[in-house]
Amino acid sequence: MAKYIVKRFFIMIITVLLIATLTFFLMHSIPGSPFNQERGTSEAVQANLEAFYGLDQPLYVQYAMYIKSIITFDFGPSIKNPNQTVNDLLSRGFPISFELGIITILTALVSGVTLGIIAALRHNGFIDYLAMTFAVLGISIPNFVLATLVIQQFAVNWGILPAATWSSPAHMVLPTLALATGPMAIIARLTRSSMLEVLTQDYIKMAKAKGLTPFRIIIKHALKNAMMPVVTILGTLIAGILTGTFVIEKIFAIPGMGKYFVDSINNRDYPVIMGTTVFYSSILVFMLFLVDIAYSLLDPRIKLNAKGGE
Amino acid sequence: MKIANDEKIKQNPKAKTYEQPVLQVDNLEVTFKTYGGTVQAVRGVSFNIMKGETLAIVGESGCGKSVTSSAIMGLIPSPPGKITNGQVMFNGRDLTGLAKNELRKIRGADISMIFQDPMTALNPTLKIGDQLIEGIMQHTSISTADAKKKAIEMMKLVGIPNPTERMKQYPHQFSGGMRQRIVIAIALMCEPELLIADEPTTALDVTIQAQILELFEEIQQKTGVAIILITHDLGVVAKIANRIAVMYAGKIVETGTKREIFYEPKHPYTQGLLNSVPRLDLKGKPLEPIEGTPPDLFAPPVGCPFTARCPHAMTVCEKIMPQQTALSQSHGVNCWLLDERAQR
Repeated sequence: MAKYIVKRFFIMIITVLLIATLTFFLMHSIPGSPFNQERGTSEAVQANLEAFYGLDQPLYVQYAMYIKSIITFDFGPSIKNPNQTVNDLLSRGFPISFELGIITILTALVSGVTLGIIAALRHNGFIDYLAMTFAVLGISIPNFVLATLVIQQFAVNWGILPAATWSSPAHMVLPTLALATGPMAIIARLTRSSMLEVLTQDYIKMAKAKGLTPFRIIIKHALKNAMMPVVTILGTLIAGILTGTFVIEKIFAIPGMGKYFVDSINNRDYPVIMGTTVFYSSILVFMLFLVDIAYSLLDPRIKLNAKGGE
Repeated sequence: MKIANDEKIKQNPKAKTYEQPVLQVDNLEVTFKTYGGTVQAVRGVSFNIMKGETLAIVGESGCGKSVTSSAIMGLIPSPPGKITNGQVMFNGRDLTGLAKNELRKIRGADISMIFQDPMTALNPTLKIGDQLIEGIMQHTSISTADAKKKAIEMMKLVGIPNPTERMKQYPHQFSGGMRQRIVIAIALMCEPELLIADEPTTALDVTIQAQILELFEEIQQKTGVAIILITHDLGVVAKIANRIAVMYAGKIVETGTKREIFYEPKHPYTQGLLNSVPRLDLKGKPLEPIEGTPPDLFAPPVGCPFTARCPHAMTVCEKIMPQQTALSQSHGVNCWLLDERAQR
């Protein structure tokens, strides 16, 4: 297990470096520069600015500087807001984005699994159909559409919840709702089908024959086995939620990292793009790693070893 | 010809009053509703079993053996299944009329079940120890430490070496035979009065089968548990059963002691069943199968269900269901051939 973790750690580093490299070259292959939008700057001023940020150097030199900044985790100042560094932006935005992400994942997981279990237990009943109709809707509606719908309904028409920003628990309800519905629907459908399969297994019949209560049979015997497929897609869902936060933060004016990320791309703010990309991909890679660990905790038959196999 | 002996025969087993039967099943009927119609899986099954006795219920696939055992346990999935008639008397209480909660208190505590396939009967994600103790923790107020002690004792009883270490392991770390031993140990944890073993050796290879059967005998001697053995393997029956009930198309067609069934089978189906078992002394000769297939239980025949396959079928067989004829105190057969009222 320890050997596996060490090996995974190195693979994670390589993955992040690859993502960073790809982002770097993609970014530089797009025409334009951070100073294009500055009106009234002369050619000479622009050249000076570019020289200041090292943008006049050949690409490989810039790349080397960039790799160095990743390793030292110091991305320098933002080009657009020179009075703050990328690290400042990240440390300010990350806690908020993290909060949104975690609340969303937990909401999606808890409500999705609960919905899935109820649907499975009422298989082909009214509640099952209701839950699955809801799930199909949840999967089909993009989060940005849902976001505007819930703002219209809850904030504008009914006025019961704030429409934007991130300052109190009440402010968190709508963004979480918009972001969590999709993943929740996917989890609910998966839990349901997986639960239905598990409930026909012999060990469930045996648990019943032991005289255990239905609650214990569901929680202790069925759920743990039914969770395997859910854990498998959890990695992908986390990636989806992470990218979803960009849009949702923008719509709800939440001062998280997503806002800086989107703005930085529009502004060609290279240090911020690079910093946020590396940061986001590190989180994602780490989350996927946690999912793999969760696997082996759920199912004792899966042994993690250094060969990377099961 | 008067229908005279029916009542007497039904009560015949009761005549051995020196011991109360642990379980009395009386005219049990189970049906399953499907899209294609209603399957009459069990159509009036009656038998009883005494303390310390092993009753084997034999018959081919789909004859209702397993449904009978599930019905006794109250494990018929409902819907689509339903016990439509009959009684299951366990120590004087009718299990078919009990509320779910009451039934759950008996299930696993007084009546235990052993399943066919030990590879799938254990939960792959739970430690063996947890699976052993959870039943007894549910049914009694025993402490976890005592329950574990008891589990280790049971593992020793079923012949598992290093029980203390094995408690912490998962099912995939055990071989098939060892897993079946665990399943048996789980069934015995609450010291049940009745053990229902549904094809307990079918999934095991022959040498392991013999070991498990010996284990059953040993446990029965030590604990006096009554065992209902459900199987289609006549070799297993010959080894450990005291009495045998032969089932066909949802009905018991012949019951008797092991000796009576093996040496003096009277029902053509029982005879056919015994003839179709490979025998060493008939080496080189082809097996004698029973021609035809069992009747459709969506619409079972009014008369004897074996008529269509029976080499001795008579006109009456097709029209009227045969009643049980007593050949001795223990031997009964539902066949017109042995019923003197039948017109030949």
